[in-house]
Amino acid sequence: MSGHSTYVPKSAVAKWFESRLPIIGLVHSSFVAYPTPRNLNYFWTFGAILSFMLVAQIVTGVVLVMHYTPNASLAFTSVEQIMRDVNYGWLLRYLHANGASMFFIAVYIHIFRGLYYGSYKAPREVLWILGVIIFLLMMATAFMGYVLPWGQMSFWGATVITNLFSALPIVGEPIVTWLWGGYSVGNPTLNRFFSLHYLLPFMIAGVVALHIWALHVVGQNNPAGLDVKNLKKDTVPFTPYATIKDFFAVVCFFIFFAWFVFYIPNYLGHADNYIEANPAVTPAHIVPEWYFLPFYAILRAIPDKLAGVLAMFGAIAVLAFLPWLDTSKVRSATYRPLYKQLFWVFVLCCIGLGYLGAKPPEGGYVIAARVLTAYYFLHFLVILPILGLIEKPRPMPGSIAEDVLRKHGGAPVGLASGASAEPHSKG
Amino acid sequence: MKKTTLLIAGFLAAAVATAVPASAAEQAKPPRQSWSFAGPFGTYDRAQLQRGFKVYREVCASCHGLTRVAFRNLSQPGGPEFTEGQVKALAAEYQIQDGPNEAGDMFERPGRPADHFPPPFPNENAARAANGGAYPPDFSLLAKARTYERGFPLFLIDAIPFFEYAEHGVDYIYALLTGYREAPAGTTLQPGQYWNEYMPGHAIAMPPPLSDGQVEYPKDEAGNPVVPETVDQYARDVAAFMMWAAEPHLEARKAMGFKVIIFLIVFAALLYFTKKKIWARAYAEEAHG
Repeated sequence: MSGHSTYVPKSAVAKWFESRLPIIGLVHSSFVAYPTPRNLNYFWTFGAILSFMLVAQIVTGVVLVMHYTPNASLAFTSVEQIMRDVNYGWLLRYLHANGASMFFIAVYIHIFRGLYYGSYKAPREVLWILGVIIFLLMMATAFMGYVLPWGQMSFWGATVITNLFSALPIVGEPIVTWLWGGYSVGNPTLNRFFSLHYLLPFMIAGVVALHIWALHVVGQNNPAGLDVKNLKKDTVPFTPYATIKDFFAVVCFFIFFAWFVFYIPNYLGHADNYIEANPAVTPAHIVPEWYFLPFYAILRAIPDKLAGVLAMFGAIAVLAFLPWLDTSKVRSATYRPLYKQLFWVFVLCCIGLGYLGAKPPEGGYVIAARVLTAYYFLHFLVILPILGLIEKPRPMPGSIAEDVLRKHGGAPVGLASGASAEPHSKG
Repeated sequence: MKKTTLLIAGFLAAAVATAVPASAAEQAKPPRQSWSFAGPFGTYDRAQLQRGFKVYREVCASCHGLTRVAFRNLSQPGGPEFTEGQVKALAAEYQIQDGPNEAGDMFERPGRPADHFPPPFPNENAARAANGGAYPPDFSLLAKARTYERGFPLFLIDAIPFFEYAEHGVDYIYALLTGYREAPAGTTLQPGQYWNEYMPGHAIAMPPPLSDGQVEYPKDEAGNPVVPETVDQYARDVAAFMMWAAEPHLEARKAMGFKVIIFLIVFAALLYFTKKKIWARAYAEEAHG
C-alpha cells in the first residue's frame, strides 16, 4: 500500500545525496506521501502519542542518569538530591516517573483500540505481534526502572517479582540467584537492573521501527475495518492530514500528563517508596505499579505458584495468538453486534482484575480474582473462536469513502483534488 | 444477546462486589484538613513553617532527624524563608563533625548554612536503645512516606482537577499527633505503648509529644500569641513544616504547572483550528474536479 517512494529531489545536493542514500525518500514516503484512511478517529493518534512518550522518557532518563548513582547505599540519596538540589531535578524526575504511567495509559488505549477494531487480523498479524513484543519490553523496562530509586517498594517489588522464577522446577532457584547476582536482592541486582533499564528503551525504539515498517507495508486499519480500494477516494496523504491531527492529539495528551506532573505527582506512586530500602522490614502490602495490577491479580488468583506464574505470562502471550483465535472475518466491532458487547465486558474484566490486584490476597478478593481470571482466558480461548462462527455481522459500507459519507452526510464525496493521496504527482 | 452480555457483566461485577466486605477492619481515616499549600495555587504559609520549625526544634528534634535538609534550605524561596543571617546564627548553634584535619583527627566545629541537620543519634541501634526499642523515623520525607487508603471511589475523585487531593500524608501526621486517646476497654498495650486512633494497629511507641502551652509562639503588640498555643495548632504547624521538608519545591512546581497548562491549552486550541481548516479540504465536495 505504501508503494515505492514518490519523492523527487529538487536541488542538485539532494539529488546527489538521494542517489547514494535514499533516506529523504524513505522519510517522504513514510511520513508525507503515506496514504492514511480518511475515516480514522482519534484513537488512531495514540501511535504518535506513544512515539512522543518514548522520546520523552529517553530524554528525561538520559539527563536523570547524569545525576543518579546506581549503588545500593547511595541510590536513594542521589534521587533525593535530584529532587532537592539539582536545578529542575524535581521536574525531570516527576516527568520521568509519571511519564512511565502515561506511556502505559497510552499503550493500553492503543491495544484496546486494536482489539475493538480488529487491527490484529490479516494482513496485520506480524504488526500486532511486534506490538506485543514492545509491550513486553515496556513492562520489563518499567519494572526495572521502578527498582532504581531503591525505596521500600522498589526493593520488595524486585524481591517478589524475581522470586517468581523460583517456581520453575529444578532450574528455578539457580536462575533467581543468577538474576540477583547473589543470594538476595542487593547491589549487584541494582546495577544490572540499571544497565538493562538503560538498554531496553533503545531495543523498544528498534522494535518500534519494525512496528512502523510493518504498518507501512500493510497500511493502517480503520474504524470500518475495510481495505483501501481506491487511493484517491479512500485515503488522504499523511502530511498534512495525519500530521496535524496527531500533533493536536499529542498536545492534548500532554495537558493530561502535565496535570499529573505538576499537581498530583505522587498520585500514581507508593508512599512506601519514599522510605529507603530496608531488607529487614517488609511493607504491609507489597503492590506493583498500577499498570501491572491485572497481571498481578492473575498471578495471585492461582493457588499453585508455578501455575500462577505461567498464567500471568500466559495472559500476555495469549495476545500474540489472537490473530488466529479470533475466527471472524469482519475486523471492526462496529459491524459485529455480539463482539461489540463482549469487548466491553472484557474491558470491565481487566479493570476488575486491576482493582483486585491492589487488594490483599484474602477472602472474597481471591475468589473474585479467580472468576475474573477464568473469564479473561475464556474470552480469548473460547468466546472469540466460537463467536466468529455464530455471529451474523451487520451490513458494511462498500468502501472507506462511503463510511466517511455516512458520518459526515453531504453530497457524493469525490474530494477536492488537493486532498487525495496522489502517489505519482508529487514534485 | 444483550441479556446474556448483561448477565455475564453482572456476574463479573457481583464477583468483585461480594469481595469487598472481606476487609472491613481498616485503619481510621484521618479527617481532611485545609492547608494553604493544597490546590493548584497553593503556597506555604511562611509564618506557619517558621512556627512549625520551632516546634520541630524544641519538641521533635531530640529524637527525630531532619538529615536531608540543609540549614541553607531554611532561607531559600518557597520555604520558611528565614533571613540568611538567622540561618547562619542557627547553623552555628549546632556542632558538626568534620575532618580529618592535618593531624588525621576528626573534630567538631560550629555548623555552616551548607551543612545538613546532624542526626540525633549516631545510628539506628543507638536510636532504638534510647527509645525503648522503637526507631523514631527521620522527618525529611515523612509527609510523603505516610498515607492512608481512601478506598473506592474516593481515590478516583482525588485525581480530578478541582477535586484533587494530594495531602494524605500531612493529614495523617496531623491526625496522629492529635489522635492520642484513652485505650478502649479490653485493649492490652505493652509497656511503653500508647493508644492512638490513627496509628495502624493503634499501638504507638511515641508518648504524646505535644501539650498545650509547650512551645512559645510569636506575640502580637498586646503580648498575646498570634495563633493559639495549643496541641491542635502545634500539630498543624509541624505537619506543614514536614510537608515543606519533604517537598521543598512545591511552590515552584505549582506555579510552573499553571503556566505550562495554560500554554498547552492555548497551543492545543490553535492546533485544533489549524486541523479543522486543513481537514475541511478533505471533506470538500468535488465541485471542480
